[in-house]
Amino acid sequence: MSALLEVEQLEVGFGSRTSAVRGTSLTVERGETHCLVGESGCGKSVTALAVMNLLARGGYRRARRMSFQGEDLLKLNDRGMARLRGNAMAMIFQEPMTSLNPAYTVGSQMTEVLRRHKGSSQRVATDRAADLLARVGITAPGLRLGQFPHQLSGGLRQRVMIAMALMCDPQLLIADEPTTALDVTVQAQILRLLAELQRDLGLGMLLITHDLGIVARVATRVSVMYAGEVVESAATAQLFSDPKHPYTQGLLRCVPVPGKQRQDEPLGSIPGTVPRIGPGFEGCGFRERCSFADASCAQTVPHQTAAPGHDYLCRLAP
Amino acid sequence: MSAVATVNAGPKRGWKSLSTWIGAVIVGAAMICAIFAPLLVPHDPFAQDLAKRLQVPFWMAGTDPAHLLGTDQLGRDYLSRLIWGCRISMLIGVTVTVVSGLIGITIGVLGGFFGGRIDDAVLFAITTRLSIPVVLVALAVVGLLGTSMTLLVLTLGLLLWDRFAVVARSTTMQVRNLDFVAAAWCAGCSRLRVLSREVLPNIASHLVVVATLEIALAILLEATLSFLGLGVPPPLPSWGLMIAEAKDYMFFSPWVIVIPGVALFTLVLGINLLGDGLRDLFGARTDT
Amino acid sequence: MLSFLTRRLIVALLVAATVMTLAFVLTRLSGDLATSIAGANATQADIEVIRKAYGLDRPVLTQFFDWVGRALTGDLGNSYFFQTRVSTLIAERMPVTLTLGITGLLIALFVSIPLGILAAVREGTGFDRAVQMVALLGQAMPSFWLGLLLMITFGLQLGWLPISGTGSWENFVMPGVVLAFSAIPALTRLTRAGMIQAMGSDYIRTARAKGLSRASILLKHALRNAAIPVVAIAAVQLGFMLGGSIVIEQVFALHGVGFLAWESIAKNDFPVVQAVVLVLAVIYVALTMVADLMNAVLDPRLRV
Repeated sequence: MSALLEVEQLEVGFGSRTSAVRGTSLTVERGETHCLVGESGCGKSVTALAVMNLLARGGYRRARRMSFQGEDLLKLNDRGMARLRGNAMAMIFQEPMTSLNPAYTVGSQMTEVLRRHKGSSQRVATDRAADLLARVGITAPGLRLGQFPHQLSGGLRQRVMIAMALMCDPQLLIADEPTTALDVTVQAQILRLLAELQRDLGLGMLLITHDLGIVARVATRVSVMYAGEVVESAATAQLFSDPKHPYTQGLLRCVPVPGKQRQDEPLGSIPGTVPRIGPGFEGCGFRERCSFADASCAQTVPHQTAAPGHDYLCRLAP
Repeated sequence: MSAVATVNAGPKRGWKSLSTWIGAVIVGAAMICAIFAPLLVPHDPFAQDLAKRLQVPFWMAGTDPAHLLGTDQLGRDYLSRLIWGCRISMLIGVTVTVVSGLIGITIGVLGGFFGGRIDDAVLFAITTRLSIPVVLVALAVVGLLGTSMTLLVLTLGLLLWDRFAVVARSTTMQVRNLDFVAAAWCAGCSRLRVLSREVLPNIASHLVVVATLEIALAILLEATLSFLGLGVPPPLPSWGLMIAEAKDYMFFSPWVIVIPGVALFTLVLGINLLGDGLRDLFGARTDT
Repeated sequence: MLSFLTRRLIVALLVAATVMTLAFVLTRLSGDLATSIAGANATQADIEVIRKAYGLDRPVLTQFFDWVGRALTGDLGNSYFFQTRVSTLIAERMPVTLTLGITGLLIALFVSIPLGILAAVREGTGFDRAVQMVALLGQAMPSFWLGLLLMITFGLQLGWLPISGTGSWENFVMPGVVLAFSAIPALTRLTRAGMIQAMGSDYIRTARAKGLSRASILLKHALRNAAIPVVAIAAVQLGFMLGGSIVIEQVFALHGVGFLAWESIAKNDFPVVQAVVLVLAVIYVALTMVADLMNAVLDPRLRV
């Protein structure tokens, strides 16, 4: 049986000058949480939007292969894609404050998903929406259904977004930095909720984040992105214990680990900034900031396997 | 799906600059006509020749080569009156805009700069001004006081300052909160100095765009009032007046209203095209 | 919301009071009204009689408060020329003007909303540029000239529509179209800008992520939000159109309020002139309040 989501050599660009994603491959298995990590601007969100075919105007995508439950996403037209979205694959976004339509009630926005994809009656859809609001930890769901987004806090809105994404029992949930815009205490609640739902409903989840603390807690598998490429991908434990790519190593040094870190030891940082990558860029995107880099890093980078299921992109020997 | 066609900004920009150039050429030609009208007119625009009434323009059969655009119901050369009318339109457009600009910019900058009660008063003035029907009041003033160019300019100037005020107010508010204005305050500059040296130069580009649009509006309104008989006094050849005077003949000789109408339409379009181009160039906002 | 409406109402009343004062001052601008009413051939005695008859011999402030006091009870004075109550005159003429204004607004909305939506959806294409060009052309078109051109073409040469009069609905087609032309550019641009902004918003991305149909995304989710400013401007535009209908009523000889005002200006019938100014201003102010209310209905954030 094929994986839930398979993406091979995805390329995304905007106009002729910017290539946002350059040959990214990733796989999400049923029932696992795959975390996509990286700095802002590295192409994580664009990758997710490309999978959903939700790229902004002027954006284009190209891939060797992109399949969902064995179905070729590249061959689907807009209508076919719309039939999958919100139905078998759902997505929640980073900005809960603006992601709900201010002109309609929570209930109306939730029920329309079920009515659209399953042809349910309003009554059935409303019951389902109320159940899900309760499921994501919202008290008095009946009241909330009749409210407008501006009457809810950011945390509540994100819970509504999550409940809305679950309306049609999706197989795949893509969560694009779902906690970034929220207060720290609320972040933890939302994250716990997502992890719980993923486990209970057996969701395949693609969780995009730049927070390695989150990754350590919820991920089955991690892909590290840098400048539009996945530079390392491994099972979570493997990646944390034996990072191969200098960028991954740098990232991990930036995170304080209680017990492992001595009080007086300074926290790491990666010097420099992410380069702007245009079409025709050759070699390793990290070489400008890498302390191991030499002249050979300007050539095409070899794809290496450290262990089964642990791949990385770097010249350095394993 | 492979590459989706990407939207290219190129052709639009080209089209934009083309339309701006068209506008600039029209406005430039109108300015030349306005300034050099006495030199350009082939005939005296006021000289009547009742023997040569309603001569047809050059594209129709039986035209008189001495009168390219024909003659009006009193035998006056249409081309000469058209050129003279351009002078009047431009004169009124520019002077009305100067008057309304002075009023509107003063009011708007005061409101935006000082805020509070003053701004409340400014907003109230703008609301009141918008509730007054412009054409009707202008007609009433001119109707009661008699037709004259000065009166017309003053009346329209007193009525058309609202957009200047709105834009001056909102842009001043933005500029007031910028760092360099704060720096000028800290350097101990007086209010007047901050206003004249820091605020005005920074809102000027927005105001230039408003000014072009207002010139177009004033020209249209002058033509409307003249058409209704309460604008520019005859025998001055305002385009609106030419259309009004020719109205009785339009069913038999449609060109008598087509010619001044096309001139009016083209000039207003040209000014608006130029204004739009300037707006894009400056990145100015003129919405309310 | 209630306090907001109360404040709006107070401002509206203040605006009305200011316009009242201005309308009064306006008609006193020419100096001696009695002389202008009596006409060029009147003797000094005639003028004195008129001055007494119309109460113009009283101090200006007394005249002003008398007028205001009467206007508040709905009595706008008597017309010198028609020798009837001004309120009756305006009430007789108002249906024509309102019919014209509403016809114009409806035509404008039916044209500009679809055009604006289509231009926004096809942003940057030839169609979009064509729509923007049409808006520019419409802006430059003098309405009285357009009216005359339509009269020549559809009235005379094609004979499809009557040239003047108010007998049937056909009389309102050409004036309505001409009046609509003055509002179409602004409404089209606003719809287009609103739709472009809405289509680029996060909630539209959510709607797409939910797999909604294109029609639902455009017409339910985007248009609802883009419509809010359009509705507000449409109400305000109706106010401008009623004020601007004076030109069109004159061109098409429609005997509405604008025509009445034009006649009265020509005849120095100043009670009618100041009353029409006041009535149109009050209607405009009322329409801006209607716009606020409609905004509140459409935008739940303003409802509270």
